[in-house]
Amino acid sequence: MTRLSVKKTYKLYIGGAFPRSESGRTFDAAGQNVARASRKDARDAVRAARAALPGWAAMTAYNRGQVLYRLAEMMEARAADLEAACSGRSEVEAAIDRTVWYAGWADKLAQVLGSSNPVAGPYFDFTIPEPTGVVAILAPSDPPLLGLVSRTLPALVGGNTVVVVAGESAAIAAVELAEALATSDFPGGSVNVLTGFADELAPWLAGHMDVNAVDVTGVEGPTVELERAAAENVKRVIRADADSQSPWEISRFLELKTVWHPIGP
Amino acid sequence: MAKAPVLVGGFELPSGPRLPRVGSVDAVALEERAATLAKRSIKRESKVQALELAIRMMDLTTLEGQDTPGKVAAICSKAMRPDPVDVSVPPVAAVCVYPSLVGIAKERLAGSGVKVASVATAFPSGQSPIDIKVAETRAVVEFGADEVDMVIDRGAFLSGRYARVFDEIVRVKDACGEAHLKVILETGELGTYDNVRRASLIAIAAGADFIKTSTGKISPAATLPVTLCMMEVVRDVHAETGHIVGIKPAGGIRASKQAIQYLVTLYETLGAEWMTPDLFRFGASSLLNDVLMQLRKEKTGRYQSGDYFTID
Amino acid sequence: MAQVEKRVSNLPATFEWEYAPAPEARDIVQIREQYGLFIGGEEVEPRTKEWFPSISPATEEPLFEVALAGEEDVALAVDTARNAFENGWSELAPSERAKYLFRVARLIQERSRELAVAESLDGGKPIRESRDVDIPLAAAHFFYYAGWADKLEYAFPNRTPRPLGVAAQIIPWNFPLLMLSWKIAPALACGNTVVLKPAETTPLTAMIFADICRQAELPPGVVNLVTGDGTTGAHLVRNDGIDKLAFTGSTEVGKLIMRELAGRNVKLTLELGGKAANVVFDDAALDQAVEGIVNGIYFNQGHVCCAGSRLLVQESIYEPLLEKLKRRLSTLRVGDPLDKNTDVGAINSKAQLEKIRELVASGEEEGAEIYQPKCDLPERGYWFVPTLFTNVAQSYRIAQEEIFGPVLSVLTFRTPDEAVEKANNTPYGLSAGVWTEKGSRILWMAQRLRAGVVWANTYNRFDPTSPFGGYRESGFGREGGRHGLEPYLRFDE
Repeated sequence: MTRLSVKKTYKLYIGGAFPRSESGRTFDAAGQNVARASRKDARDAVRAARAALPGWAAMTAYNRGQVLYRLAEMMEARAADLEAACSGRSEVEAAIDRTVWYAGWADKLAQVLGSSNPVAGPYFDFTIPEPTGVVAILAPSDPPLLGLVSRTLPALVGGNTVVVVAGESAAIAAVELAEALATSDFPGGSVNVLTGFADELAPWLAGHMDVNAVDVTGVEGPTVELERAAAENVKRVIRADADSQSPWEISRFLELKTVWHPIGP
Repeated sequence: MAKAPVLVGGFELPSGPRLPRVGSVDAVALEERAATLAKRSIKRESKVQALELAIRMMDLTTLEGQDTPGKVAAICSKAMRPDPVDVSVPPVAAVCVYPSLVGIAKERLAGSGVKVASVATAFPSGQSPIDIKVAETRAVVEFGADEVDMVIDRGAFLSGRYARVFDEIVRVKDACGEAHLKVILETGELGTYDNVRRASLIAIAAGADFIKTSTGKISPAATLPVTLCMMEVVRDVHAETGHIVGIKPAGGIRASKQAIQYLVTLYETLGAEWMTPDLFRFGASSLLNDVLMQLRKEKTGRYQSGDYFTID
Repeated sequence: MAQVEKRVSNLPATFEWEYAPAPEARDIVQIREQYGLFIGGEEVEPRTKEWFPSISPATEEPLFEVALAGEEDVALAVDTARNAFENGWSELAPSERAKYLFRVARLIQERSRELAVAESLDGGKPIRESRDVDIPLAAAHFFYYAGWADKLEYAFPNRTPRPLGVAAQIIPWNFPLLMLSWKIAPALACGNTVVLKPAETTPLTAMIFADICRQAELPPGVVNLVTGDGTTGAHLVRNDGIDKLAFTGSTEVGKLIMRELAGRNVKLTLELGGKAANVVFDDAALDQAVEGIVNGIYFNQGHVCCAGSRLLVQESIYEPLLEKLKRRLSTLRVGDPLDKNTDVGAINSKAQLEKIRELVASGEEEGAEIYQPKCDLPERGYWFVPTLFTNVAQSYRIAQEEIFGPVLSVLTFRTPDEAVEKANNTPYGLSAGVWTEKGSRILWMAQRLRAGVVWANTYNRFDPTSPFGGYRESGFGREGGRHGLEPYLRFDE
């Protein structure tokens, strides 16, 4: 007798939990009913990200690196599921290796992006990078998995917390990735994953006064309205390649703080 | 106005070889030291000894708006005989209640040796005129309190009016008469260990018999580092002057393991002389049952369930 | 103080309270009777056919035997490393190299308890330190340098970093696995292969590390371990197949190595001795300064090249500080390294114990005043009571020579200028400590102290991201941090 399999419910990932959309809606993605997030889900996700920010940002860089590396371990363990949700094996491998690559940046960022500044006077002066805060990411759909990873991890490794909206055709990949995130050591709320229609959610996130930066890489078509909305609280608006890998991607989500201190007996 | 404290601010500098020195506290190193002490491991006989001592040092506390004579009567019974099954378990040091319930506690505890402590001075905020605080102190002493737990005026402290904080303590101490005075600093509101150190010195200089961390109404309440910080003040005062003061961490100590960590810290900071209920108290409500459970675990070798200990 | 009143307790004044002997179970480490050399991914017998015992310094019992590598063994190890370098390792994609190192980091974390017990057993350091400091830091070093393996172009903009080839590494006995990690992690991250000689008295964790290399499936020959004594080290230095030599140890040996390598175009880094000043100003947070002084000199029995062995105290705070320090010394627990409550363990070897005794005797002869707390020492094993010298003049041997034991020399100063002058008055320059609540003074002192590491309001902190190394006779080159990569690279420009 053949055994009937148990099917998965594709849910949102908010605050470390997997809720359905508060709206009760789903949409069809590759034959699956996937939760379709509403603006209220987006609001909840931002709230969760804000609450998680102090803890995640204050974690030592070493620990943040370990958490990202743990994500790579979890992705490797789920490679088969991830593979089915994207273009295949080589995309998964690239995504895992990119995760390891970003894991290694956590405790090196300040050494590459920071500086000690030889000011003309009896002062010790140095500059250090710090996270900008809560980041909303409108992730690209192509490549589905690598696009999510390439936009989300640079923001996370710098100490930001993230609300990522997956493109429609990347919805399954997003849920699989969310499950890997949930079984790694990311604190609940540090990364939140929404599936649904980006067009519907983007204006709410771009206009949200408690979001500090918005990544519009995944937006197809003009972003002028989103950029205008972002101006309301001077959000950083970031547009990048869907498949990039660079420390400068991390620095886009960082502020620079310069400290002066006198030197004297 | 009472005399300004010589240890504070540097007024009235004596001409001796050592300047009075408030001193400062390095938070990172203090917390590290506390964490190291918390890792000490205690052998079984010493653990039983420590747990029994912890009971003898306990100020079993109930400070709720919903307290009634019935509730106070219940904790008084618990205080005198914490474990009805095991008579070898000693009574606690004191029961700590609100002023209006001192009478009932006094009556219940008569002849038991367990002391009655009461909070006074507009506990927990301290935001009342000084005359009312003094009157309240006199009242609780009249009702029969053996010990008075007062709060300092944090508003005055944080706005730099240290002399006012000092004066209030002096007046409350005066109103205490024979009763022992514990001065609550409410360290969770003081913000820095430097402030805790300064407040401890003010309280000691003004006549506190004990300095106490917290009301239990503010989080964080007692922590190991903040208590260590206060122990170091007590140690400094003793080294400089010979004056002996007790310490009472209160609030947030719920597990036997924590209680033992405090005792280890006390032992290594102030030494065996301070390992007595006369000089060290735990202010706690739920700690007692956990200690009783641990004691029975040590005696029976079995991990215990809360079902077998009375909730009072 | 207004009123001085002593209240008498109605209870016994003293509370007899014993801490548990809380020994860490040692059966987590399976110690074999004999350990061979680790060459080409395999354990091999030494061609010398010679073996020597590793002694437990806490009991004086032999724990196991280890191979004594001779000239041929060393040559074989170097050739094997060369072969591994040329046939695979140097061409491997850097991101793959990184993943090997991440594996090693994880394996050290997974086997941390075993490694900690082995370290304390073989070397005598308290389990509290091997458990909380040595092993976690060793793992962290691999984790950190793993991340650099595929990011070297960001560490050296506009340069083309290339591996050197075969790195020969000689490490001391004070932090066996940690020093191994400091050496091997950056070497491999930069694409080199390695021949490492563990210290004569502490090879055990290196032998476990060999097993970790196998578990990580590290290609054979990338890491080779040759155990032995000073002669083994000399063979390694003299071998003409090496491209790089990294040495941590005494200044005396460092100078010998430097002479030996003269004219040979071998890239060299030396991390040598020290006689660090720990400077306490009168506004310091005293109780925490006392903790820092204790950590600075009694950590790891004082077997620390950067130990704060010269305490410089501002005269206005001398008495209270010394009272506090003496009191704190009396609470230090000396004894069984495997006991979780032990603060100070066993002296690493008989030879080291004799050296400490000799220098302490010279201190007493020269007129310094000795203070040692009352302390019960075990009957067997190598032990030395935490010791403090006052009335020390700058000219005494105990103020000039590295003792490498739990012995502190206390001197005084009056002004910041004098503190700097005295602190710098040594041929060494590895580290220094400054204790003051005044930030500008910390930076002012840091600017003037001739030392590779300056700790302010803390002491003996180590982190893989933080470069470490000396000025002057304390050596050259940095280990740790971005700067720790450079000694393992050459640049095509």
